[in-house]
Amino acid sequence: MSTDTYGRLVNSPPGAFVARRAGLPRPVPLERHAPGDPVIRGRVLLGAAAGGRLVHAAAQVLAGTGAETATSLDEPVRSAAAAARLDAAVFNGLVPGEQRFKALVFDASGIADSTQLVALHAFFHPAIRRVERCGRIVVLGTPPSRCATPREATAQRALQGFTRSLGKEAGRGSTVQLVEVAPGAEEQLASALRFLLSPRSAYVSGQVVRIGPAAVGSGVDWERPLAGRVALVTGAARGIGEAIASTLARDGAHVVGLDVPALGADLRAVAERLGGEAMELDITDEGAPAAIAERFGPAGLDVVVHNAGVTRDRTLGKMPAERWEGLMDINLSSEERINDALLDAGVLRDNGRIVCVSSLSGIAGNAGQTNYATSKAGVIGMVEAMAPVLGERGLTINAVAPGFIETRMTGEMPVALREAGRRMNSLRQGGRPVDVAEAVAWFASPASAGVNGNVVRVCGQSLLGA
Amino acid sequence: MNASPRRVAVVGADRIPFARSNSVYAHASNQDMLTVVLDGLADRFALQGERLGEVVGGAVLKHPRDRDLTREAVLGSRLAPDTPAYDVQQACGTGLETVIAVANKIALGQIDSGIAAGADTASDAPISLNEDLREILLDVNRARSAGARLRALTRLRPKQVVPETPRNEEPRTGLSMGEHTARMATEWGVTREEQDALAARSHQRLAAAYDRGFHDDLVSPYLGLERDQNLRPDSTAEKLAKLEPVFGRNGDATMTAGNSTPLSDGASAVLLASEDWARERDLPVLAYVAEAQTAAVDHVHRGEGLLMAPAYAMPRMLDRAGLTLQDFDLYEIHEAFAAQVLCTLKAWADPVFCRERLGRDAPLGEIDPDRLNVNGGSLAAGHPFAATGGRIVGGLAKALHERGSGRGVMSICAAGGQGVVAVLER
Repeated sequence: MSTDTYGRLVNSPPGAFVARRAGLPRPVPLERHAPGDPVIRGRVLLGAAAGGRLVHAAAQVLAGTGAETATSLDEPVRSAAAAARLDAAVFNGLVPGEQRFKALVFDASGIADSTQLVALHAFFHPAIRRVERCGRIVVLGTPPSRCATPREATAQRALQGFTRSLGKEAGRGSTVQLVEVAPGAEEQLASALRFLLSPRSAYVSGQVVRIGPAAVGSGVDWERPLAGRVALVTGAARGIGEAIASTLARDGAHVVGLDVPALGADLRAVAERLGGEAMELDITDEGAPAAIAERFGPAGLDVVVHNAGVTRDRTLGKMPAERWEGLMDINLSSEERINDALLDAGVLRDNGRIVCVSSLSGIAGNAGQTNYATSKAGVIGMVEAMAPVLGERGLTINAVAPGFIETRMTGEMPVALREAGRRMNSLRQGGRPVDVAEAVAWFASPASAGVNGNVVRVCGQSLLGA
Repeated sequence: MNASPRRVAVVGADRIPFARSNSVYAHASNQDMLTVVLDGLADRFALQGERLGEVVGGAVLKHPRDRDLTREAVLGSRLAPDTPAYDVQQACGTGLETVIAVANKIALGQIDSGIAAGADTASDAPISLNEDLREILLDVNRARSAGARLRALTRLRPKQVVPETPRNEEPRTGLSMGEHTARMATEWGVTREEQDALAARSHQRLAAAYDRGFHDDLVSPYLGLERDQNLRPDSTAEKLAKLEPVFGRNGDATMTAGNSTPLSDGASAVLLASEDWARERDLPVLAYVAEAQTAAVDHVHRGEGLLMAPAYAMPRMLDRAGLTLQDFDLYEIHEAFAAQVLCTLKAWADPVFCRERLGRDAPLGEIDPDRLNVNGGSLAAGHPFAATGGRIVGGLAKALHERGSGRGVMSICAAGGQGVVAVLER
């Protein structure tokens, strides 16, 4: 992993002084989750526009986290808090007192007309400057496609402009997300809201998460949600893959790490450390899908993380065909073949998960990466196309799209390019492999049955891409 | 013994106009004022020389010399000297507690008539010996030898000439009542505008009540004062908005001298009786005492609002009586501070407070503001602590009598985290 020397410098006293004077960006050290930590450390302000249908579910989730809460003395939020047994304090923006908030959660699902969007201002205006460092802001809404009227759809689509702008304003390590919950999916809110409120989502900001209906799973142990589940992680020997394997193991999964035989030593070390298993295999081998399906055979598999991937950068005019073909096979085609094999053989168990690793390049495009961006955009296509099919079988498929993550790979970038990559996002710093891994673990959780077909960027709200 | 409790009638009430402290009543003592209101009732209901069942009275700021204050007031009054009396004290709940004490004995048939009374003066406040000096003098008194006496006297210091004065602060928190209430106001998000509006309404309604003669048989002039001195008939929320805050922290301080009660002097008394006793003397029955309940909060260890106890007392009483908060024609909530009234109303309407603090599935709900303190409240009248209960009982009983029928509820907060509520009906 490379080191963010600049970030360390401007957070030292003399560096901070100079940075302040010169107007240089000063990235806030991001809080990250450690085992045993509460979901959120600090008070959560919960609010709702009139007619909100998600505030009850949100209050239930907050009650489950044990977080300290506050609300305005209004309906429907007070009744929702009472029903959830939240001993919520009162917050009146006109006389705010000294209350500070670690998180703001606003149910905007009641907004059915553009004239009602002013409810966003009413809730956030008095509260936004009371948000602590590394704060969490989550707006809950309805997918525009599931709205009853064009006006409601218009107003709900408008929420994206609000959250994306607020993400760019919030600063100080704070993140802002929009969670669109389909009607009937209210009960599925927990895993997403807990993830987005916690330090696990340290490097996720400006995202839109969609939650759909699903068979309500039984209670989950939030500390070890993957206990008793088996996970396969490709490319697990190093970097982001290793972090994903570690995080899934932390959450209780029995992890089988897969990587090419050339990295066998690293892979075995990872597996040993995690109490998991190593599977040395080239996923592009003709027999690889069958080998994987056979290995997990009758016992079954719960989580597949398609993390293995390569770059073969070259501008298109200079790119020989084999650079294209080899990359495409590793990054996309092999994943399709493995998915097919697992699904055909019924190896993926009920409530199973497929999690893919896309890339910001797949969304925004990148010079010199026509091959890579094509493969990663293809991953997004695969997620979108397969989500409805898998959803019917009680399975989910989602992708993370990492932005600038501090790895050995970024450490080898030219300094100027690396610095630009680090700063060109709302959090003014690069992410860490664990940030990607936490998002993967969220998708992999058995509580995430309603999270299907999502592509969530782990990029600190990068300026690149939409 | 009587098989079942008897109905207890509120026959009438009398009080002197309340004065701002260190003003017209500056040299009147609690005993003076208490005697005056007992005489007021004696004159109004022809009780001169009459032996009543009992007189119960009290004062909050009480001199050590006022041992059995009420008994001494009875002896100084035109009531029969063989009328027994005793003192009660529960901070600002004192006045209403005296009513409950008398009413309960009448209900049980132990007495047929009685007076509940209260007086307080913040002007003629008890000032006592410096506490260090007092201990030294007691040690000197206890010493058995001249040497020991001298040794005790060597502890004398010049600063011990500074006397002890009563402090308007909670002994266990060190915070004044205003500071406690400012915390409650912040906790409940009470705005300055709400408080000023409530205060202005209190003044306007009290003035209107005086103008229509409502107080003619409730208030007797004293020392040249005919109406409550604190009353400002032309008060408006706009005028009140100009006052500087006095309680709370900078920035969000909302409590002013205008929306808090001033230190006041005054006294009040209420004549209670069995129906038979009143009928025999051809005396009216304004209303009946129907229910009463006290409660306390833990403002020390659990940080609850000091003046929130009525919020707890009310549902306990309603449940016992099989009533809801909306079952009343009139509401009298003592306006110690506008913020206290507003916090209490918000608490009753709040599903979270009612669920988490009161253990109820549904909130008590809101009340019609047009039925609340319809003839003004303490913000306008002033608040001589132990005299407020009598003012409210007398006023509510008369208002019910004017209506002809109905039910009214009273709510009074008190220092020490206590509260008293009671119901009158007719």
